[in-house]
This record gives sequence, structure tokens and C-alpha cells, in this order.
Amino acid sequence: MLMFIFRRLIQTIPVVIGVTFVVFFIMQLVPGDPAVLLAGEGASKETIAGIREQLGLNRPLFVQYFDYLINIFQGDFGLSLKNSQPVLDEILVRLPITMELAFFSIIITIVLGMAAGIISAIKPYSLTDTSVMLVALFGISLPSFWFGLMLMYFFSVKLQILPVAGWDSILHVILPALTLGAGGAAIVARMTRSSMLEVIRQDYIRTARAKGLRERVIVYKHALRNALIPVITVVGLQFGALLGGTVLVESIFAINGLGRMIVDAIRMRDLPMVQGGVLFASMIFVIVNLFVDVFYRFFNKRIELN
Amino acid sequence: MKMTENNKPILEVKGLKTHFFTKRGVSKAVDGIDFTLQKGETLGIVGESGCGKSMTSLSILRLIPSPPGKIAGGQVLYKGKDLVTMSEDEMRKIRGNEISMIFQEPMTSLNPVIPVGEQIAEALRLHQKMGRKAAWDRAVEMLKLVGIPSPEKRAKQEPFQLSGGMRQRVMIAMALACKPEVLIADEPTTALDVTIQAQILALIKDLQTKLGMGVIMITHDLGVVAETCDNVAVMYAGNIIEYASTEQIFSNPKHPYTQGLLDSLPKIYEDQEELRTIEGSVPSPYNMPSGCRFASRCPFQQPICYQQQPELMEQNDGVKVRCWMYTDQWTGQVEKQEAVK
Amino acid sequence: MSLEAKTEQQIVIKQSISHPKESKLKDFLSILMLNKAAMVGGIIILFYIFIALFAPLLAPFDPYEIKLENKLLPPSADHWMGTDDKGRDILSRILYGSRLSMGVGFAAVSFGSFFGIIFGLVAGYYGKWVDSIIMRAMDVMLAFPGILLALAIISALGPGLMNVTIAVGAFSVPLFARIVRGSTLEVKRLEYIDAIRSLGANDMTIIFKHIFPNILSPIIVQGTLRLATAILSAAGLSFLGLGAQPPSPEWGTMLSNGRDFLFSAPYIALFPGLAISILVLGFNIFGDGLRDAFDPRMKK
Repeated sequence: MLMFIFRRLIQTIPVVIGVTFVVFFIMQLVPGDPAVLLAGEGASKETIAGIREQLGLNRPLFVQYFDYLINIFQGDFGLSLKNSQPVLDEILVRLPITMELAFFSIIITIVLGMAAGIISAIKPYSLTDTSVMLVALFGISLPSFWFGLMLMYFFSVKLQILPVAGWDSILHVILPALTLGAGGAAIVARMTRSSMLEVIRQDYIRTARAKGLRERVIVYKHALRNALIPVITVVGLQFGALLGGTVLVESIFAINGLGRMIVDAIRMRDLPMVQGGVLFASMIFVIVNLFVDVFYRFFNKRIELN
Repeated sequence: MKMTENNKPILEVKGLKTHFFTKRGVSKAVDGIDFTLQKGETLGIVGESGCGKSMTSLSILRLIPSPPGKIAGGQVLYKGKDLVTMSEDEMRKIRGNEISMIFQEPMTSLNPVIPVGEQIAEALRLHQKMGRKAAWDRAVEMLKLVGIPSPEKRAKQEPFQLSGGMRQRVMIAMALACKPEVLIADEPTTALDVTIQAQILALIKDLQTKLGMGVIMITHDLGVVAETCDNVAVMYAGNIIEYASTEQIFSNPKHPYTQGLLDSLPKIYEDQEELRTIEGSVPSPYNMPSGCRFASRCPFQQPICYQQQPELMEQNDGVKVRCWMYTDQWTGQVEKQEAVK
Repeated sequence: MSLEAKTEQQIVIKQSISHPKESKLKDFLSILMLNKAAMVGGIIILFYIFIALFAPLLAPFDPYEIKLENKLLPPSADHWMGTDDKGRDILSRILYGSRLSMGVGFAAVSFGSFFGIIFGLVAGYYGKWVDSIIMRAMDVMLAFPGILLALAIISALGPGLMNVTIAVGAFSVPLFARIVRGSTLEVKRLEYIDAIRSLGANDMTIIFKHIFPNILSPIIVQGTLRLATAILSAAGLSFLGLGAQPPSPEWGTMLSNGRDFLFSAPYIALFPGLAISILVLGFNIFGDGLRDAFDPRMKK
């Protein structure tokens, strides 16, 4: 197991480097000369050359990339073009907010998704099952930004029981987390159901029945534990979609997290900020995936060896 | 037929029918079978795969996957009570407690994420109302009884840490934990190595004598039958076609199918050019012929065989056989004599 | 599951392998016809395609014409879905918008699948280091959470529907590559590929004439499901103001506009979102149905 964690950590390194590489080179796609952009309109040739020299833009791309890489590993994500403050400072202010939102959302994804999946699987092809799965199908088809607006309209404008936007109290968390978690919940529900139906057909469930156990014990003790193992992977993947989704949800609910920071930075053409934000979010996703893999491996070992 | 001690059967199956209702039609997996099991008796149910023997055993405990399966008729009398019409709650009290089952796949029949000791103990807590500690101790004791070394340690392990033979022993321990009156063993040794097979069979036999239960041994292996069974029911295409004591089946098989089965066994004391096989194939369970189900493969077939299905009829020597050859309607004299031999 | 049913499935699988073309298509169509859900999905998609094709004939008003005297009218007999803050008929705008949303979706998925299929085929067929390099690169692309890769690309290329198409397409390249690679590996193992090679066929012929046609079904399933996601992502990017720009009747852009009037005129946001949801639902249902139809093992 330790060996596995170690191997998996080693495998992560090229991915992390690859991500920095992609982010760096995407920024090279920017049309026009960054030095000209930085210097602003009407700047003299000397100013532009000065900026170029200062930022090392006149050096070969690979050298620039290695500098960039080294800076990142030293925690230097560059300066914001907007206010010349270190990008990392801004990220560290925004990150906790996004993580909080992501945490509540993933909880909704897991709890709502698994519960719905189990309810469906207990009586497959029943009316309950069909309705739950229909709702789940709608759930994966809803645009989160629309769903969020509709929730906002219903709960904040019509019923006026929840705040419209902002991030001050636990009440502010409910709608954004629901918006962000709903799509994942739908996917987890579908996965849980099919996994449960697969497990229910297994020989050991028949053994449990032959023992005279109650249906409830069979479902919750014998089937569920096995069925949830493959769902772990799906939850891990959903976490990625969810992190990406913060971009939309934070914009809708005016939450000053990492996602909104990235969108604002794109609008301002503040590229170091975009780079930093995307890179940070990707790193978090890579780490979460690492955990999920280890987790999955831990639970799946006995099944694999079976 | 060989009768053991008293004549009051512990289990009596009467006209049991288990059908599967699928899109393709109705599959008559078990189509009206009768047999009885005495206390302490071992009854073998033999036949090729797909003949309905496993479905018979699952039907007794009402473990048929439903839908699409359904017990379409008949009775399963356990100590005089009909299991078929019993409520689910009552049925649960029988399963694993009074009638237990061992399945053929030890590799997949144990729950991979639950320690084996717990898998045995949970049945004890449920049926015997034992406390946690008592149930666990008894589970360890059972593991010891089935010959698992260092049972205290093994009980805490999960199935993946155990070998196939060891898992089958766990299955047996689990099935016998509540001291059932009837044990149904569905191909208990098929998935195991030959050496372990013998050990497992000996173990079942040994525990049977100790606990005095009735055993139904479901198998396709006539060797297992010869070794363990008192009586044998031979199944073919959802029916019992011959039902006799083990000696009678081996010394004087009556049904052409039984004869074929025995001929297909390698014989040690006879010179044999090649093993004989039964030609043709089993009719589809979706589309059973109206006559004898074996007719198209039978070397002695007569027109009557295709017209009407024969009944399972008791002969003078107590053997029950489902074949026109042993009736007055039979016309093919020569073959009969040869068949009776 | 009964033994009988198992063998039945095996037979179905065997058949679909032994007669790759004709009977497979026939089987597939008949299963698809039986799958009511897939039919519903297909009908929804056809309905939207019909709308996109005939938007100018169907739309009761000019989707761009500003009539401030008509602004913020709630749904009525004249304006079924009401009017927006500039007095434009929302129904007409949604009808025209279907061209944009579906156009972007199809373009992005075609773009993404084109590169994904080539990468997947090459990686799966050649294996070894080629496979390692391509698939590690795909892993890197998948390490970006959700639409963040698309966002990064747009931040560099600048906003606009064209760039959104490229960004969303790029984001589905690794998903196609993975699936195609897996299927290629499976088909490559089949004996007849060896037979063809021994007859002297070159790699290109084997890949495009023999492997590719055999792995179409997972590609089509994935393509349908990706269309759903691509339409959602593109609308989301437009919603953020990074895609289509006003006054374009793109649904995400309309929604973004409607958000400012959520209190007074919620229908401005309601209908474009509904249009997206139903279209995406159609692709999802259809994709699920296709998967069932192609793969008998996946069936309930």
C-alpha cells in the first residue's frame, strides 16, 4: 500500500509539470506582443524594449518556461497586471472561499447522489426508481448557471427565505452549494444505482439471502459497502467538474472565490492572474485525484484479489 | 429404494414447478418434480448443467431470482409445512437456520468486504438470538470444526486472504452454524482441486453423521454420488427421469439417459476403446416437446415416445422411472429386453 | 440472472462480432426502435434541428429589432415568451439562437473528435512509446478541472464564439482519445487484423479501413454525450461573457442578460435556459439509448 502511494506520487510529477507546460504555452497563443500590451498604447520603442528586457521576453521560449517553472516551485506566480500585487496573495485570499463552497457542494453531491441511487436500486423499475432516474437525467442536463438563477428567483426573490448573493453566513452557502452539487449528485445517483444493481446480482448476496437475513440488512450491510467502491472514482471525477463549475456559480452568486477571480482576470486581460488561478485549481484537482486513487485502491484491494 | 430409519420425511417436494417468464417466452426450468428426504439421508440430484437441478435447490429456499423466475406450482413440505405458500417472514426463519445451502462458487459466494467470522456470526445472532460475543465464539468454533487452522485469526480475515478450499470450508461452517435439519449442497466441490474435493466431501459426510441432518447433494459428478449418496434422482430437462437408490442406479440403470450417463463414465475394470457420449442436445426450456423430452436422443425411441410424455412410475424393485419402455404400451420388445439386461 | 439469459447474451455478442456490417446495423436499428427513451431523445434532437433550419420561417419577429416601447412584456398571445429589455421577442431570439448553440456544439465536437480519434488510433495501434507520450499528454489535459482548460484557452485567444468552439473542442480531445485507444487495442487483438497484415496491408489501410469502422459505435455514443456537454459548456462560457457577444441571440448570452432582470422579468432568463436544458436532455437520452443499443452487455 505504501509502495502504491509512493508510485502514485511519482506518477503525479510529470502530470504537474505537464500542466504548467500547457498553461505556459497557452499564454504564448496570445495574439500580439505582451510587452506592447503591457506598456500600453502609445508607448515608446525604448519603453517596450525595456519591459521586454525586464520580463526576459527576449530570451528563448524554453528558457522562459524554465524560469516560470522554477518561480512557481518557489511560490512565485508573478504579479497581477491590474494592481501589481503578487498573484499568489490574491489566490490565497480567494482559495478558502472556493474550497468552502466546493466542500459543501461535494457533500451535497455525495449524500444526495448516493441516497437517490440507493432508493432507486432498492426497487428497480418501480415508479420510485423511474421517477428518481428521470430527475437525475434532468439533473445532468440542466445548465448550472440557469439552475442557479432559477433557485435564486424561487428562494430569494419569490419566497425570500434565502439571501440573493454574497458569502457571509451559512444561509449564503445553501443555494450556491446546491447549484454546484446538483449535477454531480445526478451523476453519482446514476452510478450508485447501476453499481447497486450489479452488486445485487452477485453470488454473495444470494448467500446472504440464503442465510435468512432481512432485506434491509442485505441492502445496507452486504450490498452497499461493495456498491459504493466504484462510486468513489466518480465522486473524484465530479470534484473536477465541480471546481470548474465554481467559475459559473461564483459569478452568479457574487462570491469572491477563485473561480470568479479567474473570470474577472480574463475580462481584464490580467494573464498572470489567469495562469495562476488555473494552475492552482488544477493542482488541487491533481491532489484530490491522488487521494481518491489511494482511497479506491484501499477499498478495492480485496475485491481485485478476489 | 433405500429408506432410512423412520418413514416420516423431513422434506417432501411434490409437483414443484419453477418457470421463468422472459421476453422470449416461458422457460420451464423445473417442471413438476417429486422427491422426499429423510432425516440423515443423503439424496443426490444429478444431471447435466441446465437440467434444472440448481433451480430446484434454489426453489426449495425460495431464492429464485424473481422476476423473471416464479414457483408456478407444487409444494415443498418441510416438517409438513408448505414452504411455497409461507410468508416471507416465516421463510426467513427457515433459511440458514433449519435449511441451509452451500453454493458452488466459493470464490464469489462470500462477501468480499466482511470478515468471514462476522459472516458466520450474523446468522447465529439472527436465528439463535446469541449475543455478539457468544456468536463470535461459536463462529470461531465452527471454523475449527470444519478444519481451518488457527480459526481465531482466520475469523477476522476477509475472504481475499483465504484460499478457495478454505473459503468453501467457511461456506460450510456458515451453513452449519445454526445446526440445520437439511443441508443443500449445490456442486460444493466443482470449483475445487481434486484433493480438496475429497476432503470437503468427507467433511460434509462427517458433519452429517454428527448433526444427523438430511443432505441434498446437487452434482453433475457421478463419482460424488457414488461416494456420498443413499438415493439418487436423475434430472433431465426439468424432470426427474429416474429415482432410485445409489446401488440400483449404478448396478441396474433403467432409463436410457441414466444408462448413457453411466456409459460416459470411464470404467477402470473394463477395456474401453473410447468413452461413449450421448448424441444430440437437450431441448430448449422455452420449447419443450410434448412427448418424452429425451426421445430425440434415445437409442430406443418409438413413435409413442414422441406422442405423449411418460409418467414417473414405480417399478417392482422400487425404482421410479419415466420411460415408456417400462410400461404396457411399449411395442419395441427387443430393445426392452436389451435395456433391462 | 438465469443461465439461459446469459447464453442468450453471449449469442448476441458473438453475432455482432461475426457479421460486422449489415446485421449489426439492422440489429442496432431494431434495438434502437425498441428503446423508447432513445426515440424520445432522437425526436427532441430532430425537433431542434428543424427549428434551426427553419428559424427565419418560424420566428414571428425579427430577433435583432429593438423596439423599446415593447420592452419587458410578460408572455402573451403576441409574444409567447415575452420580450426582453430592448423589446425584442424572446421566442424569435430563441429560435434563431438554436443555430448558434447547436452550431457551436457540433463544430466543437467535430473538432475535438477529429483530433481525439487520430490520437487514440495512433496511440492504440502503435503502442509503446508513441502510446505513452500521447496518453500522458491526454492525462495532462484531463488534469484541468472541468471547463478551466477552455477558460485558459479563451483567456489567451480572446472572447468570441469561434474561440469558444476551439476551447470546448480542445477540452473533449482527451476524452475521445481515451475511448478510441481502448477500442483500438481491443480490435487490434482480433485475428483478422493479423490476417490482413499478413496479406501485406499497410498501417494506414489497417487503421482507417479496418480498425476505424469497427470502433465507430463507442465514438458515436461518446460523440452524442459530448454534444450535450459541449452545448452546456459553450453556453456557460457565453453566459460569462466570454463567448457570443450581445446582441447575439445565443442562449447563454440571453441568459446572462436575463439575470439582470431576474426580479422584474424572470421569463427572460427562464426560456433560454429551458431551451438549453431540453436540447441537452435530448442528447443525453439519445446517447444513453445508443449505448444500450450498441452494447448488449450494458442493457439492464
